[in-house]
Amino acid sequence: MSSGTGAPAGGAHDETLVLGVPEIARALTRIAHEVLERNRGAADVVLLGIPTRGLPLARRLAARLAEVEPALDVDALLGSLDVTMYRDDLAHHPTRSIGATHLPPGGIDGKVVVLVDDVLYSGRTIRAALDAISDLGRPRGVQLAVLVDRGHRELPIRPDFVGKNLPTAAAERVRVLLDEIDGRDAVLIEGAVL
Amino acid sequence: MKHLLSAADLDRSEAIEILDTAAQMAATQSREIKKLPTLRGRTVVNLFFEDSTRTRISFETAAKRLSADVINFSAKGSSVSKGESLKDTALTLQAMGADAVVIRHQSSGAPHTLAYAGWTSGAVINAGDGTHQHPTQALLDAFTIRRHLVGDSGRADVAGRDLAGLHVAIVGDVLHSRVARSNVQLLHTLGARVTLVAPPTLVPVGVGSWGADVSYHLDEVLTEGRPDAVMMLRVQRERMSMAGGGFFPSPLEYTRGYGLDARRLAALPDHTIVMHPGPMNRGLEISADAADSPRAVIVEQVSNGVAVRMAVLYLLLAGETTNMKAVGE
Amino acid sequence: MTTTKYLLRAVAPLGGERVDVLIADGVVAAIGADAGTLAGSDATVVESAGLVLLPGLVDLHTHLREPGREDAETVLSGTRAAALGGFTAVHAMANTTPVQDSAGVVEQVWRLGRDAGWVDVHPVGAVSVGLAGEHLAELGAMAGSAAHVRVFSDDGKCVHDPVLMRRALEYVKAFGGVVAQHAQEPRLTENAQMHEGVVSGEIGLAGWPSVAEEAIIARDVLLAEHVGSRLHVCHVSTAGSVEIVRSAKSRGIDVTAEVTPHHLALTDELARGYDPVFKVNPPLRTAADVEAVRTGLADGTIDIVATDHAPHPREDKDSEWSAAAFGMTGLETALSVVQEAMVDTGRMTWADVARVLSSTPAAIGQVSDQGRPIAVGEPANLTLVDPAARWVVVPHEQATASDNSPFGGREMHGRVVATFLRGRATVLDGLAQDDADGSRRAAGRTETH
Repeated sequence: MSSGTGAPAGGAHDETLVLGVPEIARALTRIAHEVLERNRGAADVVLLGIPTRGLPLARRLAARLAEVEPALDVDALLGSLDVTMYRDDLAHHPTRSIGATHLPPGGIDGKVVVLVDDVLYSGRTIRAALDAISDLGRPRGVQLAVLVDRGHRELPIRPDFVGKNLPTAAAERVRVLLDEIDGRDAVLIEGAVL
Repeated sequence: MKHLLSAADLDRSEAIEILDTAAQMAATQSREIKKLPTLRGRTVVNLFFEDSTRTRISFETAAKRLSADVINFSAKGSSVSKGESLKDTALTLQAMGADAVVIRHQSSGAPHTLAYAGWTSGAVINAGDGTHQHPTQALLDAFTIRRHLVGDSGRADVAGRDLAGLHVAIVGDVLHSRVARSNVQLLHTLGARVTLVAPPTLVPVGVGSWGADVSYHLDEVLTEGRPDAVMMLRVQRERMSMAGGGFFPSPLEYTRGYGLDARRLAALPDHTIVMHPGPMNRGLEISADAADSPRAVIVEQVSNGVAVRMAVLYLLLAGETTNMKAVGE
Repeated sequence: MTTTKYLLRAVAPLGGERVDVLIADGVVAAIGADAGTLAGSDATVVESAGLVLLPGLVDLHTHLREPGREDAETVLSGTRAAALGGFTAVHAMANTTPVQDSAGVVEQVWRLGRDAGWVDVHPVGAVSVGLAGEHLAELGAMAGSAAHVRVFSDDGKCVHDPVLMRRALEYVKAFGGVVAQHAQEPRLTENAQMHEGVVSGEIGLAGWPSVAEEAIIARDVLLAEHVGSRLHVCHVSTAGSVEIVRSAKSRGIDVTAEVTPHHLALTDELARGYDPVFKVNPPLRTAADVEAVRTGLADGTIDIVATDHAPHPREDKDSEWSAAAFGMTGLETALSVVQEAMVDTGRMTWADVARVLSSTPAAIGQVSDQGRPIAVGEPANLTLVDPAARWVVVPHEQATASDNSPFGGREMHGRVVATFLRGRATVLDGLAQDDADGSRRAAGRTETH
């Protein structure tokens, strides 16, 4: 869903590897600890992944939380949040297909929702996610975890947990590849393609 | 997809995309807050030349749940004997900036004319035209069938699935039924087998090219065909008083031959669902026993209708449109 | 009458050997070597190498709409279109407003035609008063009027009452008339919109079954046999109808039949787009029916081609299908359709074309000075055709006042170069001869090469 992830896999011009397998794993482990620290445990935490690549990231974070706190039930703290129907740019793109929204059985009322996405860019996806959440319930708080923050914000939105700050030019593309979807883990940056 | 005029216009992947989108829409409709901001700023006109409160309300609900502005335009009673009024009405709607026109018309092909005569630039959605098509009805029927009969318990993830291997019996006034025409085409596209059951007077000439089996004997189809779904069509009592003394001798004889009653219901396999597009003539084509039985999914068809129409409106209106392009250029 | 002489140089009468033909004093003055000699220096020379000379075409079935629907066509606009289509005579159908069911109305139409001067207009008289199918109209008065009516028809409606049909068939024998039947069983075609078959079933339009036409033709040939009368069947459209006419003729029944250009060329598949320009009565049928009427025309079962030119103003066609009027224009495209469907396919010769579009319709309508052989001394009612020409139909540029041509945008085979009415050129170089300088292009035509 995030900008810069749509390039065809294997595109080979001017790619730079920014994060590899161990860096991504370390970043997620660090974020998991930060979530636990900030919220004094994960008892009230719900992780909502934003399709497509926010979803496996949320699942990996949930597994890491459960490693630290074995009492946690992964299924009870994991959900998905599709924001397509809340986007403000629908009319400027070909019709997008709608993904699934699943909340954990306990819902989100009174919980701390941690939104999980792969790349934070303009902030518009997160704006849509906040609207979607407000239609689904009333969490105690909402936090944002992203694997990559590439800057260029267009809205007053900031992440709470960041895997990697990655200053980029607007013409560059950031591609996040995840094993569950793409067959391997990597974060790539591509130069302006002419 | 620019318009939705006929079930025949949909290929397998388009049909499945609509059903999958409808499933996501249906999920939002069980929430406390059902309204989505998706089509804010878009205008949907319900242009009804023929009374159909149910269909109009279904489309109106769907559009409003997606935050579109809805204008209801009932053209019944105005002078529609001259075709010019369809044109003038269309030009009026165009001037009002309609992004989509949902049209119900007594004349087969009127939505097609509206879409291609150059009178309106908006999307045209056929909400039933004469004895031709009613594509959203076929989509909601397919959606209902898929929910109940595909996957394990009917609630498993059926996204991406078609209706291959299922057998659907469509029973009644096939000749005058746009529901039957739309369903035969869509079910065929989705891989289901269809048997049309009707007295010979209510079977259209040329039905041989439809790709469906035809039977005059309901009992035989129910017991030997073992259909997974039985779709009963509305029979209009006025068909009896038409030229040549009508299409069947009496309501009683029709019910004996083609009505779904408790006895025929008992002959069905356990998993078979009973459908009806409504409004029902209880006691004519369907008895109260059948209409109210647990295997009847008739009420669910209505709620699925809203989800399917939301999906169609979303897919036709949410993305880039020619109107928007015209503004941008 | 004009005194202009025309020398058609190296023209092929009926597509045969090339000869020179001189038209002078309203007649064919000379054919062959002496034509050039007799032409003198003041004849207009028309270089006609490659062109075919036909007797002027005669349409037994035209709707000129005047009086009553001058918004669709007038006698003036319709006959001008006819001349451009190569016609020198048309029969104007009776379903005008008021109906041509009295001597007064048929004489009015006849005079309008004479004043217009483009072609001879022969009014058709209604069979029943007001086309209502109840009482015989004053057939004798119309026959005895200045309009000299010989063809009677309720066209647009079928004379469905068998008693009325019998009476009409009998009554017209007194003055050698003929009843032209629009064969359509009304009960079988209530609210009918198109041919009943695979396409109507799929697209949900009420069907007009073939049997509704065939049943009436079968009844009428038996009636004609029983009372010893002459019957003409309008616009035969089905394979079954051709079969019935063929069998009736083989039994010696005095029946003639016509087919329209559109039934020779178009099928019900065209209805799929719901464009009412293809809505016509009788409806476009299947490809098998098209093949049957072509075969019937070639073997003489069907005697003539008649246009059923049925102009309608735009508002009567600019609508959903079922609200639209039935009918298509045809005067300016008829000859091209016949050439493409019958001549270019090798099924008929140009002599056959002269038979089905001129001499036989003139004989059925009892028009003595039309449809004559191309011979010295005969009235110079002639049509000059360029079979090699190709042109594209642009409906709003045609001479007919209406745009409902089903051939819009199509490339047509062959075009009319000149039409002569008793020696006067009504059309020359493809142009209607109403402009002083002749500068206006022929209407409805865009040359493709």
